[in-house]
Order: sequence, then C-alpha cells, then structure tokens
Amino acid sequence: MNALTDALDLSPRRVGAMVLRYWYLLRGSWPRVLELAYWPTMQMILWGYINQFMAQNSSWVAQGAGVLISGVLLWDVLFRGQLGVSVSFLEEMWSRNLGHLFVSPLRPGEWVVSLMVMSLIRTVIGVVPAALLAVPFFGYSVFSMGLPLGLFFAQLLLFGWSLGLFTVALILRYGMGAEGLAWILVFMLAPVSAVYYPVSVLPEWLQWVALALPSTHVFEGMRALVFHNALEWRSMAWAAGLNLVFVALCAGSFLWSFRQARVRGALLQTGE
Amino acid sequence: MSHPPIKAAIRTDRLTKRFGDVTAVDSVSFTVAPGSVTGLLGGNGAGKTTTISMLLGLLLPTSGTVEVLGADMARHRHAALPRMNFSSPYVELPHRLTVRENLTVYGHLYGLHGVRARVEELAEALDLTKFLERPSGSLSAGQKTRVALAKALLNRPELLLLDEPTASLDPDTADWIRTYLERYRAESGATILLASHNMLEVERLCDDVLMLRQGRIVDHGAPAALIARYGRASLEEVFLDIARDRKAEAAE
Repeated sequence: MNALTDALDLSPRRVGAMVLRYWYLLRGSWPRVLELAYWPTMQMILWGYINQFMAQNSSWVAQGAGVLISGVLLWDVLFRGQLGVSVSFLEEMWSRNLGHLFVSPLRPGEWVVSLMVMSLIRTVIGVVPAALLAVPFFGYSVFSMGLPLGLFFAQLLLFGWSLGLFTVALILRYGMGAEGLAWILVFMLAPVSAVYYPVSVLPEWLQWVALALPSTHVFEGMRALVFHNALEWRSMAWAAGLNLVFVALCAGSFLWSFRQARVRGALLQTGE
Repeated sequence: MSHPPIKAAIRTDRLTKRFGDVTAVDSVSFTVAPGSVTGLLGGNGAGKTTTISMLLGLLLPTSGTVEVLGADMARHRHAALPRMNFSSPYVELPHRLTVRENLTVYGHLYGLHGVRARVEELAEALDLTKFLERPSGSLSAGQKTRVALAKALLNRPELLLLDEPTASLDPDTADWIRTYLERYRAESGATILLASHNMLEVERLCDDVLMLRQGRIVDHGAPAALIARYGRASLEEVFLDIARDRKAEAAE
C-alpha cells in the first residue's frame, strides 16, 4: 500500500529533473541521436521496396498502398516505446547512479513517468524522420491515415511502456544478467502481433495468444483502415482494454521488483 | 519550512538485517544526537554499509526500526529524504554528464530555489569552478570526491551520511575535505554520520564513535574516552583490539 502511495505521489519538478538528466545525456552525443533515427529509416527503406515489389505481385498487398510501410513504422513505435523506457533505465545501471537517485526525494512513480516522457521523445526522434522519408522514397505518407494514426501511435506507445516497465522489473530482480532482455523481449511478440500479415494466418491456438495482445488489435485496425478506409472501433476498444490490463500488471511487477530491490540491497549495489 | 525539534537525528532499535543465512547487522540499537559527528567504525564486512543503507531507506530491515529526523525510514522515508544527503566514493554520478549538469539535475530533484546560484556557490566553495563544464567521468579521484560532496551539500542537509569520504585520496586532498566538513558542521549545525577506516580522521572529526564487529555494536563512546578506557595511544590501536577481539586483554 505504501509503495502504491509513493508511486502515485508525483512532483512535476522531479519528473522534469529526470527528463533533464536524460536529455543532457542525449544531446551530449550526436551519434546517439543519429542512431535513434538510423534503424527505423533503414527498416522503412527495406520494407518499402518489399512493399513495392509485393504490390506488383500480390493481390493482398496491392489492395492497400503502403500497408507494409505502415506496419514497419508502427512496429517501430512499439519497439522504440519499449526500448526508450528500458534504455533510459539501463543508463542508470551503467552509471551506478541508482544509489544517488533513490536517496534523493525522487519517488519511483516520478522516475517511471520520466522514463515514459523520454521514451516518447526517443520514439518521435526515431520514427518521424523515417515516416517523412517514406514520402519522397515511395510516394506514401503514413500521415494520410489521419487522426486514427494518433490512436494507433498512442496504443502502441502505451504497450511499449508496459513492456519496458516489465523489462525494468526483470533487470531490477535479476540484475545486469537480464540486460539482454531489453533488446529482445519485444521481438518475441513480433510474430504474434501480426505486424505484416493478418492474424488469421496464424494457427488457431496462436490466434488466441495474438488476440490477447493490444498490438495485434492495432495492426488489424491499421490494415482495416488502409484496405477499407474504415476505422474499426472494436479493435481500438480491445487494444485500449488490454492496454489497461498490461499497464496494471507491468506497473505492479515494477513496484514489486523495486520493493524486492530494497529488501536485497540491490539499489546501492547494482551496476556493471 | 521549519521542522519541530527532534531529540535524536538517528535512532535505531534492535535493527537487524539478514541476507539468507548471513546476519549482516544484528540487533543494533543506537542514537545519534542532533548536531553531533558520529563515526561508524568496523573492519570490512562489519556491517557499516548495510547499516548506512538502512538509514537511507535503500535497504529494508529484516526486523527492528530505524528512525531518521523523526521519520520511520522503512515506511515514510520521503519525509526525511529532502532534509538529508549522502556521499560515497562507491556510488558515482553519471560520467557523461558534466559536473554542472549533474549538480543541476540533483538541485531540481531536491527542489532547490535558485539551482544555478547554488551550484555556482558550491563550485566556488569546493574549488570546482574550473571543472563545471567537464564530464564527471573525466575527473581525478579527488575532484570526483569534491563533486560528490557538492552533490551531498546541495540541499544544505540537516543530516549528512558519508561513507568513507576520503577513501583513496592523497593526504592533502583528504585534509582539505576534512577541513571543509568541519567548517560545514560549524556553520550549519548539521548532524554527520561517517563510516571510515581512517582513524586519524575519526579522531579529528567525531564526537562519538560506534564500533561494529560482525554486525554488532561492540563498543561506543568519545574517541578520547575509548583510547583511555583501552589504555592505548591511539584510536587505531583501539580499533585493532576490537577488530581482533582483544578487548578483555587490552582492558587488563
């Protein structure tokens, strides 16, 4: 109960201080900023050419211009959203700074909010240039989806934050040996999120797993919009509902791990 | 904001921490008076860092209580944290941020008004002005210690916890740090608890010392009183008697 009260008591100034801390880190290294945009752009170009080829050779892809480009860009929102949270957390582990942070008045909830803000900033830096470059490269603008794009973006970012928090919880619990999870966890969900193909392609038992993920409903919704120019509110409602469940579960696992770290003394000892 | 006067800056009661089968701190009870400088002494593995971690609320006790500036650190540590601070050579500030950036971030975390002015003031007091724009990771050990001290003094703490504040520093820099701490204490009336292996430092700075061995307080008192009681010439000799369990022999 005390952990929950702590987590919900937020000071915007302390959140701002932590965002400033990560911003200083980001602005101090142009290669890091470049790297943020590099992978989404490379992925967009790769899938853009696949999209171009498939549009001429597959009736399914031909139904909706840019369906694969939209898929890869939205997938990057989820990936970057998760990575933005877990990498900012790892920065503290690498610099052995957790001990200083948590003897200051900073509360775990404030730290988590700052990780989310940084995740949003990192995602925008990574994905927006790739989305803009798709226009001159392939004559396709993901922004042509209009307002529903904002909904897709928000749902995927929220799911990415949940996964990021879960990764943080695992690293707090198992130490730096679990660091690799920050890079690979989200990819376990890629096949079942139906990013580039409809969920009906999956075996029936796997479809149930897929439909338990918010991301699957977002990608199904995206295809409905691209193919039929219609926003499926049902998919959005499922995504939102599942996101609430994932946020609650992952935030709970983070708070539990944080408390366990205080039991084991990991906050002062954790590092490379 | 002013706070009601407190009888003890730190009060622990049967404070115990076990890690599996290992008892790191074993039923430790002590009180630190406001405005005093207290040394926490003991050999490696005696339980000093574990005790300090519980005082900071970073580590939850297995049993017993720890109260700092009137707040129960296991449950309400956020009532005390803005009024205290901590420095240790083993907990570093982010290397890639400059000294100014690090101090600015912590200034905001502690809710200071006029962060920039406070950073400049501390930089001047701790002779750090010319290092403000340098990455913290590029500093020498002595410079890093001064930066860590600047961070620990940002919020003008009523209670300062220092874990080996002069570890691995050359004698000149270590003396400089001790002089600064003496001045800070005289000017602010702050309470200081320091863990140290340097007995000359403890004799010079501390009003009182707590001797830990195998997680227990085995003796305590003013440095001069302990030296007299053990019939030794220095606190270092007292420390060796206690560390090697020669108390009875020494007392005879």
